[in-house]
Amino acid sequence: MQLRSNEPTGPIEHRWDKHKESSKLVAPANRRNYSIIVVGSGLAGGAAAASLGEMGYNVKCFCYQDSPRRAHSIAAQGGINAAKNYQNDGDSIFRLFYDTVKGGDFRSRESNVYRLAQLSVSIIDQAVAQGVPFAREYGGLLANRSFGGAQVSRTFYARGQTGQQLLLGAYQALSRQIEEGTVEMMPRTEMLDLIVHDGRARGIVTRCMTTGKVSPHIADMVVLCTGGYGNVFYLSTNAKGCNCMAAWRAHRHGAAFANPCFTQIHPTCIPQSGSYQSKLTLMSESLRNDGRVWVPRNKEDVTKRPEDIPEKDRYYYLEERYPAFGNLVPRDVASRNALYVTNEGLGVGLEVDGERRGVYLDFGDAINRLGEQTIRERYGNLFEMYERIAGESPYETPMRIYPATHYTMGGLWVDYNLQTTIPGLFSGGEANFSDHGANRLGASALMQGLADGYFVLPFTIGNYLGEVRTLPALAEDHPNVTKAVGAVEERIHRLMNAPEPKHAPEYFHRKLGRIIWTKCGMSRNKEGLEEALREIPKLREQFWREVKVMGSGSELNQTLERAGRVADFFELGELMCIDALEREESCGGHFREEHEENGEALRDDEGFTYVSAWEWTGNPGDPRLHKEPLTFEYVKPSKRSYK
Amino acid sequence: MSEELLNLTLHVWRQDGPNDPGRFETHQANGISTHMSFLEMLDVVNEDLIEKGKSPIAFDHDCREGICGSCGMVINGVAHGPQKLTTCCQLHMRQFKSGDEIWLEPWRASGFPVVKDLIVDRSALDRIIQAGGYISIRTGSASEANEMPIAKAIADHAMDAAECIGCGACVAACPNASASLFTAAKISHLSLLPQGQAERQDRARKMVAQMDAEGFGGCTNHGECEAACPKGVSLQWIARMNRELVRAVVSSDSGV
Repeated sequence: MQLRSNEPTGPIEHRWDKHKESSKLVAPANRRNYSIIVVGSGLAGGAAAASLGEMGYNVKCFCYQDSPRRAHSIAAQGGINAAKNYQNDGDSIFRLFYDTVKGGDFRSRESNVYRLAQLSVSIIDQAVAQGVPFAREYGGLLANRSFGGAQVSRTFYARGQTGQQLLLGAYQALSRQIEEGTVEMMPRTEMLDLIVHDGRARGIVTRCMTTGKVSPHIADMVVLCTGGYGNVFYLSTNAKGCNCMAAWRAHRHGAAFANPCFTQIHPTCIPQSGSYQSKLTLMSESLRNDGRVWVPRNKEDVTKRPEDIPEKDRYYYLEERYPAFGNLVPRDVASRNALYVTNEGLGVGLEVDGERRGVYLDFGDAINRLGEQTIRERYGNLFEMYERIAGESPYETPMRIYPATHYTMGGLWVDYNLQTTIPGLFSGGEANFSDHGANRLGASALMQGLADGYFVLPFTIGNYLGEVRTLPALAEDHPNVTKAVGAVEERIHRLMNAPEPKHAPEYFHRKLGRIIWTKCGMSRNKEGLEEALREIPKLREQFWREVKVMGSGSELNQTLERAGRVADFFELGELMCIDALEREESCGGHFREEHEENGEALRDDEGFTYVSAWEWTGNPGDPRLHKEPLTFEYVKPSKRSYK
Repeated sequence: MSEELLNLTLHVWRQDGPNDPGRFETHQANGISTHMSFLEMLDVVNEDLIEKGKSPIAFDHDCREGICGSCGMVINGVAHGPQKLTTCCQLHMRQFKSGDEIWLEPWRASGFPVVKDLIVDRSALDRIIQAGGYISIRTGSASEANEMPIAKAIADHAMDAAECIGCGACVAACPNASASLFTAAKISHLSLLPQGQAERQDRARKMVAQMDAEGFGGCTNHGECEAACPKGVSLQWIARMNRELVRAVVSSDSGV
């Protein structure tokens, strides 16, 4: 396997233009002769399918939900960054690029990030033209806010539903193409394998989730925009259905998987309330602007009502440890410290599996200082959401929060064209690893999904098709196709007929999640990772022996769907731990306890300024590492410090 | 924060497929924590059913934070259940008492055929959007976003209409099984904005025609849709849709 980034050279601000000028095109009349499969209908997949359809390609788009409008991009609350500099506060494409590279802790590719910053501007234009109702000022111009500690106001938002509105924009554009017949939409259809023929991605095998029918779909190329793998932790802020199957199937066919250990933990989520918990809900980070984080100083106080704990017995640990930034330290620092204080037995809230994993986020002072009305105006909807879930009013008693997995920076390795190591297989959005390095900045996920979908993929796909010109026809009865279909059917049969069926897939998923969360979560060490690497294969073996799926494969069977996804999480989880073990440094979302200085992450630029791209070898415990070295011509690596 | 454990009796609609007869099946759900969400309660029941070798209850769900619109079931006769402005994934068991009997049914409307148990086919809503619920703007052909100021009040108003999550509760709650609130919200969102003017009349005509073709009933102002809507989408949009439609019908075909 060879990793060629295929990034253009020369001044960074001209690279994307230069690349476009030297790329192949497909003539408008020829486009309908090319068929493209897009898997996923979120911001990246929906936007790509719509745009490719508009250009005249013959597109088939797949999603597991009952409608493309439900992809998990819809749940993004905060906003989308763009270097418009509407606020005249000195923002620029270069500054957004700089912030993103630095925020990613110098583990991303400069050329890709610069292009992302360039395209951010066009995304806003496109979304506004589609009718996305962004927040506006009284003068009628677009409003912005500062987000996630950025020093400029470059975030565009639509109430707390920015992801929803942007996704509906893409969905509507996609709907228009469905009506025009350029896109065929296949909802409730899950990709279960990739078809590779002559070394190129030529199709997918799917299962219709209502009838159970397994079918091949042949095309000239395949695009995976299938989201992240945060559900490997079982509990995350992802939707229940989010899974890594499409990406993992591609990986098993030869697509390198990059930086799997780079996962992002969000510090302000509602804590788990019981072992039955199915997902975690994120609360906007803006709450930390006015809320003070604390736990009791004494273990004896953890079960007391917070109101009964006097000021002197409250441990405002972020304020004490980080006087300069206090409660506003970055996500990873806030998360890790919550882990440490709860490890010390100072956690509050409900006891789950013998542990109290919660810290207070207290608005008492802010309410006294600003009045309840002001707090209500700022956070009213969030407080309401909290009360609905936790059953307590944050106006009366402190909120309880705890970190949760929110986003995965790792993903399929792609070159500058967003092509994976399998020719003809492209990947966009959270599914690829491309732009966020070791840590993603707030309001950048929507930006990347849409940049990939609207502006990068439609173009680089044309380049690919222009280069290959004509691909030999591939019939559905070709051995490569029937073999892929057969393998899928075989796997379904295995899942349905475990030798000693005992437990539902969730039983195993929860156990796997627990291992990954405690040993490859916010804070990692060699011992724990090695332990995880001993535990995961054993649990996986037990899963294949004891998983219990009722009903049949030839009907709507949600248990079967989950079982297949959990099976792949086992293999991905193992790769995550291997990657985390190999990366002997702390950077971004990856914190290795052996590599720290006074509690702060210690990056090792000399040893680890590279992308880890893992190749499948047939044995999940023994993948092959390939390194893509990273160079920084424009942003000099510097150390993060928040003391 | 105090936790209570509930013992509940569930009467759940079970139906194997669109053409199979349905029936209510009774299940006990014991030791249910008041901190559970409604769907977590169903997860617990399902896991128990699987361990006992029985077929679990099929229901749609995904984000479980009230925004994707996947979930939806009629709980004791009310779409999404007893809590106002709350999807059933955000409904928590503290809204119930020990000993309660809970009746669970799918959305019932001829436009939403049952797929299995509590899952229905809502693709009719997608087809209403496909008929015209968009602004035709090719990728890359947009002009500078701030070139066209839009009064804040108008933008906010459009956002109110755009809040719809497409769950279909409005249809399930309506005695006529009308999809008027869903259709009206999209027509209103786009017709309020200057970007949506070029296709305004065509859009209203096509979307309403598609809504009718899908077999949804007409609106007779019961207001049940607004009451059931988890996002509080207002009945006023239906009045606006009717005005848009009249405007479209009385004008010539070209819309000028």
